[in-house]
Amino acid sequence: MLITCPYCGPRDVIEFTYQGDGNRERPDPASQNFEAWNAYVYDRLNPAGDHNEIWQHSGGCRAHLKVVRNTLTHEISSVAFARGDHGSAARHKAEDKA
Amino acid sequence: MSPRRADTGGRIDRLKTIRFTFDGTAYTGHAGDTLASALLAKGVTLYGRSFKYHRPRGLLTAGVEEPNALVTVLKGEVREPNIPATMVEIHDGLVAISQNRFPSLAWDINAVNQLGGKILSAGFYYKTFMGPVFGPLKGTRFWMFCEHFIRRAAGLGSAGSAKDPARYERMNAFCDVLVVGSGPAGLMATKAAADQGARVMLADLEPHFGGSANWSEETIDGAPAADWARRTVAQLAGRDNVRLLPRTTVWGYYDNNTLAALERVSDHKEHPGKGEPRHRYWAIRAKSVVLATGAFERPLIFPGNDRPGVMLAHAAERYANEFGVLPGERIALFTNNDSAYRAAVALKKAGAAVVAIADVRPELSPEMRKLAAEAEAEIFAGHAVVATEGGKALSGLKLQRFDLANGALIGDARSIHADCLLMSGGWSPTIHLASQAGAKAEWNAARQAFLPPKPTQSWIGAGAFTGSFSTAEAIAEGRAAGLAAAGGQSTPSMLPTVEAVPGDPDPAPVFEIRAKGKSFVDFQHDVTAEDVRLAHREGFVSVEHLKRYTTLGMATDQGKSSNVPGLAIMAEALGKPIPEVGTTRFRPPFAPVSIGSLAAERFGDLKPERLTPMHDWHLANGATMYSAGLWYRPMIYGLSGETVEQAYVREAKATRESAGIVDVSTLGKIAVQGPDAAAFLDRVYTNMFSTLAVGKARYGLMLREDGLAFDDGTTWRLGEQDFLMTTTTANAGKVMQHLEYFLDVIWPELKVHVTSVTDEWAGAAIGGPKARQILAACVTGTSVDNATLPFMGIVRGEISGVPVMICRLSFSGEMAFEVYSGAGHGTHVWKALVEAGKPFGLVTYGLEALGTMRIEKGHVTGAEIDGRTTARDLHLDWMLSKKKPFIGSAMMDREGLIASDRLELVGLIALDNRPLNGGAHIVEEVDEANPHDSIGHITACCYSPALGRHIALALVEGGKARHGTRAHVSDPLRNRFGPVEIVSNHFFDPDGSRMHG
Repeated sequence: MLITCPYCGPRDVIEFTYQGDGNRERPDPASQNFEAWNAYVYDRLNPAGDHNEIWQHSGGCRAHLKVVRNTLTHEISSVAFARGDHGSAARHKAEDKA
Repeated sequence: MSPRRADTGGRIDRLKTIRFTFDGTAYTGHAGDTLASALLAKGVTLYGRSFKYHRPRGLLTAGVEEPNALVTVLKGEVREPNIPATMVEIHDGLVAISQNRFPSLAWDINAVNQLGGKILSAGFYYKTFMGPVFGPLKGTRFWMFCEHFIRRAAGLGSAGSAKDPARYERMNAFCDVLVVGSGPAGLMATKAAADQGARVMLADLEPHFGGSANWSEETIDGAPAADWARRTVAQLAGRDNVRLLPRTTVWGYYDNNTLAALERVSDHKEHPGKGEPRHRYWAIRAKSVVLATGAFERPLIFPGNDRPGVMLAHAAERYANEFGVLPGERIALFTNNDSAYRAAVALKKAGAAVVAIADVRPELSPEMRKLAAEAEAEIFAGHAVVATEGGKALSGLKLQRFDLANGALIGDARSIHADCLLMSGGWSPTIHLASQAGAKAEWNAARQAFLPPKPTQSWIGAGAFTGSFSTAEAIAEGRAAGLAAAGGQSTPSMLPTVEAVPGDPDPAPVFEIRAKGKSFVDFQHDVTAEDVRLAHREGFVSVEHLKRYTTLGMATDQGKSSNVPGLAIMAEALGKPIPEVGTTRFRPPFAPVSIGSLAAERFGDLKPERLTPMHDWHLANGATMYSAGLWYRPMIYGLSGETVEQAYVREAKATRESAGIVDVSTLGKIAVQGPDAAAFLDRVYTNMFSTLAVGKARYGLMLREDGLAFDDGTTWRLGEQDFLMTTTTANAGKVMQHLEYFLDVIWPELKVHVTSVTDEWAGAAIGGPKARQILAACVTGTSVDNATLPFMGIVRGEISGVPVMICRLSFSGEMAFEVYSGAGHGTHVWKALVEAGKPFGLVTYGLEALGTMRIEKGHVTGAEIDGRTTARDLHLDWMLSKKKPFIGSAMMDREGLIASDRLELVGLIALDNRPLNGGAHIVEEVDEANPHDSIGHITACCYSPALGRHIALALVEGGKARHGTRAHVSDPLRNRFGPVEIVSNHFFDPDGSRMHG
């Protein structure tokens, strides 16, 4: 499986660490809504098909990436930085390359 | 009569003689022979004993799909079992032995199993050994009794235990087009893609490229097909953009068009060439793949179809044309399709007598009748073979009239004398890689075969793989596939012209002849047609269940010859068409792969070694090193004659009496910097860091999101926006990732940067009543007195001309200081400290003494922060801030995490004054015969020189409430039972007067 890191280009999956389901919403830190916290900590989607995932390029630039991966085919349809505006300059660079 | 080498023919070098042994007997063969062809040429008919019934077995095939003739190849002490003799190229000095026979291949004692066929049917193990226990020898206990005998009787070759001295290699490769299979289709594809300028790799599992061209005796462009293949390969070999990989099995098709291949680099040589590995594992990333993997011929299923001398038709053709070997003198054929007639002609030409061709089809085309006449064979149209005769070699067979419409046998059987029976049950495209790549195979009723699915990855099929069985089609499809794979335009062009015997590619839909006797479907696992039907009668209707229950297709050949016939028999039993029964998905590997090649160079010490800057000094000064994760740390600095216990007791004692120094460079260190660094730490730690003054350190605790304890350590505020976080050695990486995750994913708005600086700093912790005096003697540029350097204070100064940072904190419980310097100066500073300490009796101490002193103080480490304990369990609830939320704060007060019966940290003192063991359980009452009702377990233990007792830290139910009570240690594995007293985890100096000074 290859993941195209916006900084580093297409890299083998062994360079990445799976960092969990990307659909989870962390409640407000002060929230006492136990249901919401429980869902955040324990509930994971397990779709057969496209899945939003967080991967860290731990063997590379160490950025966290939002990856949309098809769990049936391993096809990756989108990769973006997890921290929205993070490295927007770098993203332009990647687009220029493409 | 027996098989023999023909006087002429074949692509072997008759002038080159090669000597080898099989089962201890010396044989000779010729260059170009496989073990199978060389033995067959010497008249050997018996190659192995079958898996279950120990039936004698001969060669069924000439290639990788061989189920019967499995041998063990011996290289020195190393034995490699279960290699098809058809895939072993002979070389001088080759030593091979047969398998699954006792005492010898010819006289096998377990052949009596054949008489017990009814008992050894499908599900034998389940039925015999998994029943309820009625008597002393039923069910599981019966299995335990029988296991030894069964293990000896059943099975294949046995693996050796000698260390394999061979070298294995791994290669990563990238190409535009990978062509798998080098028959006419593969060669054309390679050529077409290479002509487009693409970087092409061509892999074939055989030693010689050419595939069927090597034995078909067809002509291409007027020349023998084999010559055409050789010429084409020679052209390709000279091109820079083509890489040829013979003896290379592409065995796995993974996502992103990544393929795995095994190259047998030097198995065919007596000694590998200089620098040559035995096998090479290829990870190939191909933009596009051409699958030209051909097809496997299927056996027909009839009684006695496994007798030595019964062989696939094309295999015989191959032995005759490629190796110049006749598998028999009087040959009969049994077929349901046209392809076998070509074999009849080939064997006739090679010098054998073809005595009969039995064809299940009543009507035969004039072309086939012509071929039969050419082979001078008598035709038995509408006939089937219903029995074979002979012992370890075929002596004859029985034919009976066969009704194609209903499979009925009519009239009397007639005997035919023959020493070799060739069979052809049609062809199954080798779709394994395409199936692995992700899609479901499609049944083609005309071809009576599963054809490759629509590609889900970037591959293109060509030739017999697609169900196009003629060479002319293979050439056309190969070229088109090569062009398309390289992104070229298909232009009309002159294709090589093929002269081949005619033939209808579609067989009659006959898989089995139902007559009395054992008809084998899976030769390697001894699964008969009756076993398949029995499985159906017993309710195994899904093909996946059938496979598991009968073990059909689960042997080392993975059902290459048996899958489709097995499915057909199952479909008939179910009364359903084959496509409705479905097929199993092929999984990697296509053929067995050496474990060595997967490991390649990655064996032995796989992990990098992390050494502290003072590592060499430790070694030079008598340290015994201990590996802690990737790190190497001094365990003890033993004096001569000292035991480990004596050494650490001495080191710890001396530290508490005067002073000791320990290397703490391995602690994780993370620079946390930026305008929001303090706010970030407040969220990460359970306690407050924004209130920490510059120049001070604080002990911090982190929880996981689920509220359990994660890691602890001190964090030093070096500047308003500049913190140095320390973590435990083991968790340095995890904490770093944890921080990065929160900064990147959860709180991207925080302006904080984290950097791992573990390797930038060397650290030495110096502690003991004399520690401050020692520092005062060597530190310049700052005072180290109580006013300048209070508890948890940080100062900067110099030691022996090197800048250092000193923080006064204590893990040992003594007045202690951590001295940090740049890693490059580590040894220099360390030596200066040791030198300055000499007059004060400073000792160096290792992990054992460090651990001893921390147990005496009741500090926690990874043994207690084990992913199951909470801050409260460890009596660290004083660190849980109520003024702010932090990671884990929302989840830490869940019912289960605050329950009163949780395991809590306590201290233990052994009342019998004997050593305790980590992992030992604590019980209220000892019952040595039946240990039960654990109330907790020991996490760390030592002999405490400060207390003069054997002590331990433990996690015990109820914890504090049990202080002052007695319990028992129960450790049946180490036979250690005895009374303990439960006490506070703070054994020594509980009010901390020593460290505050």
